[in-house]
Amino acid sequence: MALFTFDTAHKPRQAWASMAVLLALLLAFPFVASQFGNSWVRIIDIALLYIMLALGLNIVVGFAGLLDLGYIAFFAVGAYLTGLLASPQFAALLESLINYHPELQDAIVATFGEEVRSNGIHLSVWAVVPLAAIVAALFGALLGAPTLKLRGDYLAIVTLGFGEIIRIFMNNLNDPINFTNGPQGINLIDPIRVFGLSLAGEPGSRATVFIGGYGMPSVNAYYFLFLLLCIATIFMTGRLQHSRLGRAWVAIREDEIAAKAMGINTRNVKLLAFSMGASFGGVAGAMFASFQGFVSPESFSLTESISVLAMVVLGGIGHIPGVVLGGVLLAALPEVLRHVVEPAQQALFGKVVIDAEVLRQLLYGLAMVLVMLYRPAGLWPSPVKEDRPLAATAKDEEAENA
Amino acid sequence: MNQVLLNISGVNKRFGGLQALTGVGIRIEKGQVYGLIGPNGAGKTTFFNVITGLYQPDSGSFELAGQPYSPSAPHAVAKAGIARTFQNIRLFGEMTALENVMVGRHVRTRQGVFGAIFRHRAARAEEAAIRVRAQELLDFVGIGQFAQRTARFLSYGDQRRLEIARALATDPVLLALDEPAAGMNATEKVALRELLVKIRDAGVTILLIEHDVKLMMGLCDRISVLEYGKLIAEGLPAEIQKNQAVIEAYLGSGGGH
Repeated sequence: MALFTFDTAHKPRQAWASMAVLLALLLAFPFVASQFGNSWVRIIDIALLYIMLALGLNIVVGFAGLLDLGYIAFFAVGAYLTGLLASPQFAALLESLINYHPELQDAIVATFGEEVRSNGIHLSVWAVVPLAAIVAALFGALLGAPTLKLRGDYLAIVTLGFGEIIRIFMNNLNDPINFTNGPQGINLIDPIRVFGLSLAGEPGSRATVFIGGYGMPSVNAYYFLFLLLCIATIFMTGRLQHSRLGRAWVAIREDEIAAKAMGINTRNVKLLAFSMGASFGGVAGAMFASFQGFVSPESFSLTESISVLAMVVLGGIGHIPGVVLGGVLLAALPEVLRHVVEPAQQALFGKVVIDAEVLRQLLYGLAMVLVMLYRPAGLWPSPVKEDRPLAATAKDEEAENA
Repeated sequence: MNQVLLNISGVNKRFGGLQALTGVGIRIEKGQVYGLIGPNGAGKTTFFNVITGLYQPDSGSFELAGQPYSPSAPHAVAKAGIARTFQNIRLFGEMTALENVMVGRHVRTRQGVFGAIFRHRAARAEEAAIRVRAQELLDFVGIGQFAQRTARFLSYGDQRRLEIARALATDPVLLALDEPAAGMNATEKVALRELLVKIRDAGVTILLIEHDVKLMMGLCDRISVLEYGKLIAEGLPAEIQKNQAVIEAYLGSGGGH
């Protein structure tokens, strides 16, 4: 880490230089990776979405210290909102209305035009993303409100329940009114289109995006979008952390009663933490839906909540660079293992001894156990500032050993 | 100087079968150091928690600087101008000393999400003002050199001082200290006493719970004595020292139990 520093306050020149190098590497990455196949870039695309999720969850769990086991629900809300407002799904919704509220159907058709009946709604990304953020934030407050007095294990159980409720709703909200198309999920979600440029490539282009005559695979285009969003998320959560609000969150995490006594309205500040965290999850969900073109309840299981939480905890709870590292490792590692374990076994033993899928899960679990045993504060935890007593004891130990 | 700052009367508080406070009231004038003493379990801290909104009283009337205030929530009480410290120190352990005090400024500042993300001129100015004020307060209580030290690494006496600085950051008119000298040695107590005098001279009225009678007698302008949730005496320190009921409460009636 000595070569790289991101300490802009103390070593600005070195920090900006490291950031420039890192950015150059990140920008070059997809061009190199796509030489080995688009699937590698796709893996990183998904990893970037997970990093966004982990950073959002970090606000709730890392800063405010509120253990949330249902975070994936906000991802689901963003994804399904996109599914509803940027796909033919709305036509299906209208069709299901006819048996129950034909007058409502007429009203909607009158407002949006006859096209809605056959095509559904196709909002642009500029409308979908803010909507996803706002609606997810509302759901965040909705989850936060009943849990204000809960902490620790109890909060974890309630949030877990909330996550499951959302998933079950997605599974069943196809009848009587078809919002989510049930277990089949919503298909044909519009790809993201910015300034007239579809990131999925125009029809017939074989998923190639052309910018000024230069063509690149669709996954690369999404990579740059997600990278931009990730950088924006890092920037925003970083600024939130070092603000009046961020201090209030940490104060609540450290001692809620003292925080109250210092005049912090813990109710509002906690709700804000839930909402802010959820809004990042909502945006990530909207991106996920547009990127995949398909959402179904399966993608939003409890396991997903837990793996996002694992990214936060494993990386370094409350520490943004750590969380990013956790996100990269935990999102990419299973995929890399998927590609590597079978060839590795072939090379070592001449045959596949353990099924790739089993071994992959095994190694993933083992990695988590080892990290938690040997780095309980995470792989890259927040540095402890000015801990002279600790440093002094370390020095004493050195003196004794000498 | 005879303006009444805090006027509380008829406070009752019951925990299940235990009547913790019965008709307790105090009247603190502006600029005073007011002491609250009593044997263990007399209800001093309960009374403190009621005044500062941590416990909901069953009844009672509350007035701060002539205005009724409702101790319904701790953050509202802090905003009204009463700041407190805790008997067992409650700092934000992982934050630096400076950050702890900066949290205290929360109630007097107002930047929200947009200020935090965009850091516009007003947000930057407010943040700078918070930082300057926090450092001033650390200097005021005498631990300015430890501004960047993580709070949990501070020495015990310095943690007490930090808690006072954090409370002062809320710009209180009344500073309520719950046993600030607990666990301090003689030297630290002398220093604490000097600090409290300095705070009073800066115009902050002080309400103090303490066991150290020597410290209380020299420092307090008036003292109230609680026993079994009831006020048994109120007056000048010299009067309290001679009060028969107080002596009995502390030493027993001499009849033997």
